Amino acid sequence: MTHLGASSTLRHTVWVLRGNPVTAIAAAGTLALALVAIVGPALVAYDPVASDVPLALQPPSAAHWAGTDQLGRDVFSRLVVAARLDLAIAVTAVGISFALGAVIGSLCGYAGGRLDRVVGRFVDVLMAFPLFVLAMAMVAALGNRVENIVVATAIINLPFYIRFARAEVNVRRNLGWVESARACGDSHVSVVLRFLLPNVLPAMAVQISLNLGWAILNAAGLSFIGLGVKPPTPEWGIMVAEGARFISTGRWWLVAFPGLALMLAVLCFNLLGDGLRDILDPRMRT
Amino acid sequence: MGTIGATLIRATRRFVSSLPALFGVLVFTFLLMRVLPGDPAVFFASGPNAGKEEIEVIRKQLGLDKPMPEQLAIYLYDVGRGNLGRSMMTGQSVEKDLRERLPASFELTLTALLIALTSAVPLGVLAALRPGSLIDHGVRLFCSLGVCVPTFVSGLLLIYVFYYLLGVAPDPTGRVDVFATLPPSRTGFLVIDFLLAGDLDGWWAAIRQLMLPAFTMALFVIAPLARITRASMLVSLGSDFVRTARSVGLSRWRIVVTYALRNAILPVITIAGIVFSTMLGANVLVEKVFSWPGVASYALDALLVSDYAPVQGFVLLMATIFVIVNLLVDLVYGIADPRATVA
Repeated sequence: MTHLGASSTLRHTVWVLRGNPVTAIAAAGTLALALVAIVGPALVAYDPVASDVPLALQPPSAAHWAGTDQLGRDVFSRLVVAARLDLAIAVTAVGISFALGAVIGSLCGYAGGRLDRVVGRFVDVLMAFPLFVLAMAMVAALGNRVENIVVATAIINLPFYIRFARAEVNVRRNLGWVESARACGDSHVSVVLRFLLPNVLPAMAVQISLNLGWAILNAAGLSFIGLGVKPPTPEWGIMVAEGARFISTGRWWLVAFPGLALMLAVLCFNLLGDGLRDILDPRMRT
Repeated sequence: MGTIGATLIRATRRFVSSLPALFGVLVFTFLLMRVLPGDPAVFFASGPNAGKEEIEVIRKQLGLDKPMPEQLAIYLYDVGRGNLGRSMMTGQSVEKDLRERLPASFELTLTALLIALTSAVPLGVLAALRPGSLIDHGVRLFCSLGVCVPTFVSGLLLIYVFYYLLGVAPDPTGRVDVFATLPPSRTGFLVIDFLLAGDLDGWWAAIRQLMLPAFTMALFVIAPLARITRASMLVSLGSDFVRTARSVGLSRWRIVVTYALRNAILPVITIAGIVFSTMLGANVLVEKVFSWPGVASYALDALLVSDYAPVQGFVLLMATIFVIVNLLVDLVYGIADPRATVA
């Protein structure tokens, strides 16, 4: 990209951020979240899995900012430590489905024909399931482990990326620059991977951010119903599940704080996605 | 007549075209459940000290000793006859179990959908009528937050506020009080059955029990519905036919409801189909939070003791309902927009 192009993109970004401070806040929030996930576990004051029964079920206080749970573990420390696992699950899952979906979708959009029909049928089958139910069945089938939550979340996201990449490549396959690449002797695979794929990536990148929030909710939902993550591992969904038993006796902090963590994470990703769309795709600006 | 005929043809065509997907769903579910971990034959043998022969007998009984393709063929044949296998957990046929529990799930989901639609559409319309106003910002804030709070968290927090703090909600477990006498089951919907039996106290108790879970589920889907209503109302209010309607002096109500909303409703219908898929998923979480005796909690219980058949039946049921709902959405779409039927 030329110097002029880069600086105008930067100027556009600054202009968008100034006009839309929400995006800036969301970006800061996402950064903060990533930071917590990376260094948080080293900084927490209490061991997230060490129980201290005499201190069980204390409401929030100066010593325990988010109170303690039924085993006397510090809820705030557990929240911070859990950020790494929750984010890792969502990021890996979305990363896998993005990479696979982009390649499969581009190949289908470019080649058409039989491959396209077979993949299309497969996508139709996946889309015929309510997605959460499908994820649930897959985790149960593949084995009740964290890796399988990642796999299940990746698979239920796959159809969106395949369809998106397919449609975007399909409208570009007969454009001049694609034909000239082919005329220069590039193989079909090379045309797809070196020219078409990079061309559709920016539009797909926006989907990633929106998708991450959804993936977090999905993974937390699975561990809430007892799939994937097992206690005593700190994870936001399972913390809510453990706290659920105490809600009707008024121990709100066991549910409210992990819930708040989930909500903030999803909110940041969603707002960032909306903002990214405004920056990367000026045509779709709302 | 022409419209009805066209709608029927369209319905048939759509149904036929959704059959391959439904078949795929069957095969996919079968494959998923066959790779489930753990050997159910061992699990359901009388215990850890069960003999080898005993396990073999159970395996034969379950048909697990046959080759995969044959098992699939048998499975397809059984599903074709409405036989979904037997639940080892309840000892009943899965079909019977599901049929007993389905009304509870339907009552919950439909109430939630009703609440969501009746609050989301007016909210979206109000926001679109005064863009940039306080109510517009309020609706937008609510929408942004609404999609971020997981159903299971909002459900638990509602319990905290309405059951623990305010004490207005009943004990948040199940559909009725354990000591209550159930009305004769006619529709399976307790709210209707109590009414038919003339038991007003029971009816009120059932409604109170239903409100928290239904609102929990509705909260999560109000956001996308209100958002799309607002966006499409804005387009429709800015169009020429609304300007014309204004200029000829029609009443405000008539302009907004008859002209603008009628034209703005199509995207809302489309989204409603997607929303329903979310709700079928959210059903699992909400039924778990409120110990609601529906099909989802049945499947969850079975899942945790690796009882194949109920989970398989449940997934299949959900996929089938989803296909049917998509079909219905398509038909409603055709009725709301005659252009879709012609094309």
